Amino acid sequence: MGIDLPVIWALIIAFGLMMYVVMDGFDLGIGILFPFIRDRVDRDTMVNTVAPVWDGNETWLVLGGAALMGAFPLAYSVLLSALYIPLFFMLVGLILRGVAFEFRFKADETHRPLWDKAFASGSYLATFSQGVALGAFINGFTVSANAYDGGSLDWLTPFSLFTGAGLIAAYALLGSTWLIMKTEGALQHRFKSITRPITLVVLAAIAVVSLWTPADHPEVSARWFSFPNILLFSPVPVLVVVTTIAIQRVIRQETHAAPFGLALFLLFLGYTGLAISLWPNIIPPAISIREAAGPPQSMGFTLVGALFVIPFILGYTAMSYYVFRGKVKAGEGYH
Amino acid sequence: MFGLTALELARIQFGFTISFHIIFPAITIGLASYLAVLEGLWLLKKDAVYVELYHFWSHIFAVTFAMGVVSGLVMAYQFGTNWSHYSNFAGSITGPLLSYEVLTAFFLEAGFLGVMLFGWNKVGPGLHFFSTVMVAAGTLISATWILASNSWMQTPQGFEVINGRVVPVDWLKVIFNPSFPYRLAHMTVAAYLATALFVGASGAWHLLKGRNTPAVRTMFSMAMWLVLIVAPLQIAIGDAHGLVTREHQPAKIAAIEGHWANKPGENVPLILFGWPDMAAEKTRYAVEVPHLGSLILTHSWNGQIAGLKDFAPQDRPDSTIVFWTFRIMVGLGFLIALLGVLSAWARWRGVLFESRNFQRFALMMGPAGLIAILAGWLTTEIGRQPWVVYGVMRTKDAVSNHSALELSATLVLFMVLYTAVFGTGIRYLMKLAARGPEQFGGHFPAPPPETGRPARPLSAVADPLDA
Repeated sequence: MGIDLPVIWALIIAFGLMMYVVMDGFDLGIGILFPFIRDRVDRDTMVNTVAPVWDGNETWLVLGGAALMGAFPLAYSVLLSALYIPLFFMLVGLILRGVAFEFRFKADETHRPLWDKAFASGSYLATFSQGVALGAFINGFTVSANAYDGGSLDWLTPFSLFTGAGLIAAYALLGSTWLIMKTEGALQHRFKSITRPITLVVLAAIAVVSLWTPADHPEVSARWFSFPNILLFSPVPVLVVVTTIAIQRVIRQETHAAPFGLALFLLFLGYTGLAISLWPNIIPPAISIREAAGPPQSMGFTLVGALFVIPFILGYTAMSYYVFRGKVKAGEGYH
Repeated sequence: MFGLTALELARIQFGFTISFHIIFPAITIGLASYLAVLEGLWLLKKDAVYVELYHFWSHIFAVTFAMGVVSGLVMAYQFGTNWSHYSNFAGSITGPLLSYEVLTAFFLEAGFLGVMLFGWNKVGPGLHFFSTVMVAAGTLISATWILASNSWMQTPQGFEVINGRVVPVDWLKVIFNPSFPYRLAHMTVAAYLATALFVGASGAWHLLKGRNTPAVRTMFSMAMWLVLIVAPLQIAIGDAHGLVTREHQPAKIAAIEGHWANKPGENVPLILFGWPDMAAEKTRYAVEVPHLGSLILTHSWNGQIAGLKDFAPQDRPDSTIVFWTFRIMVGLGFLIALLGVLSAWARWRGVLFESRNFQRFALMMGPAGLIAILAGWLTTEIGRQPWVVYGVMRTKDAVSNHSALELSATLVLFMVLYTAVFGTGIRYLMKLAARGPEQFGGHFPAPPPETGRPARPLSAVADPLDA
């Protein structure tokens, strides 16, 4: 059979995960920016910019989980049990955020601040947990006899705490640039001034992770710093710096969509860098997508449905973003 | 916590989160079909009362749908976090089936839910009706995948175990495993009944409050018709389901009946009440009806079923629990059937909308369907023990290696969070139901004029949460 199922499924899951990171990233970023914007009307405007799309964004996370189980049962079982505690807090954060999102519109004036707090803290908790899980993933897992064999707190390292904080900055950048695109006037100006320091923080975080990872992991170091890889991969860090400078420049001018586009590109570069470091492993440091692959009967069976439905979902998603294009004005009644 | 082992805590955690979850999909399945019927009747009869009811119940549908999505997110991860050995062993079957469920739900949400909830004034009546029917079909297809997955764990077939992992060899056999058709029918009908009881209780509440309007009468009457016709059907399906279980999972039936051993040539009595004692290997204080056990379980006067003593002690499910959860389910089932019969009698006497005692009974029966669903699931899941995949993998070999401390902490947090979050959601549902259909008469869930946006389920509902 000419179809390489493990590679196709790795690409589908990586794509789904990136869709999730990009799309829920700016939703969560809005919650992360909540403490910096105190005005009620402004907060409503912020939330209204994602109101039509946010719950579809979260569905990618469910699909990712189910697809991982079907295609790479070993990876699903090892990664999820090793990351039990951070994933638990991620779910807690997402539930808080999701329900607070809906109920803050329906709450009365006395209860609304409570739901606002739940919205912001849920966003922070979910993002930080995802970042910690990411850091623990890069660090790798102890596996023996097809099962996670490490301790329940192995995920907790200085590196993973750092990536947790780093992801908060990254989602804040997605959120603030999204809001530059979707708002106008004084509020847009606020986000422009917030975006500049956040960009620098994100750049610093990417730099630290890029140095810390190869320092800790010789195999990652060998991947990047051997010839000819170092030449092949050098565009990635160069583009990171160029993109950051570009963001700093465009927000000084009259701009709307460009910062968000650049922030997405920055995140995509980070994602690419990660893929270069870890490929072809799905359970770092040693288990590849081939070793973790489920039986072809399972992968093929699910692929039929995925190939049928995913294009439909993408089309619909593109359409709803197109329908909701343009600025959201203060007090524009969405609810 | 309370001296429970990590395995017991993991099982409680799964049971707790899935019990909370199942309430919402059950009502969603029932309401989606109910809405399709209402819209069909509206197109057929052009009676405004059906539009009124459609909009009233579509609000409640939107809230239950949203709650189901949020609580379902947890389920997609719990197989891996808490049951990693199971996932590694049988993820090749459970994973694809759950993926299809997510894809179906995704497809449905992307395509038709938006039109159904927000398109009343935007698309033609034919297309809108089609969307409602597709949403209803989508909820049923979703349920089909989930029940195929669960039924495979109960009566597994169509697979081989190669290198310590399950490999599906025949997907048709995997999906259409022996208990699947019965479980699917039993659960779908249960969802319809639970919804009808909820709708009926809400109608009864409004009648008791003196709101004897055409819409309230119509929904009360429709709910009671459904209960009258479907409750006996459910009892018949349950009986057929029981026969299949006796064939494929005899230990579960023995535990349900608190039946320990046969004497040669003697019939099996039905133990109405008693206290199965696992340590003493007998059922204490048993109140028995001779021959009835044989009659129900073998459909013959003197037939015998396997007793618990036919199975090694480590292969027996906990009879004390399933004996009672089963009786709660069946007891409620007969009460529901009684409600249906009484409704027919009240209707025949022409007092359906007047008899306050009957309406109080209907109101009290509001949660009966959901309680029966939970009791039934507890019976079938605990009755499958000590196996996670019946006869193939034991539950103790399926659980992740987490400590009791970790599981206690997460369980307590789940309980606090779920009570706060879904407690608020249920309170909101009750509030919506209490408003009654008339309040929604002129309030179609249309997108706000300025933006014209379709949106998420919950934004279909404009009601404040507090006040």
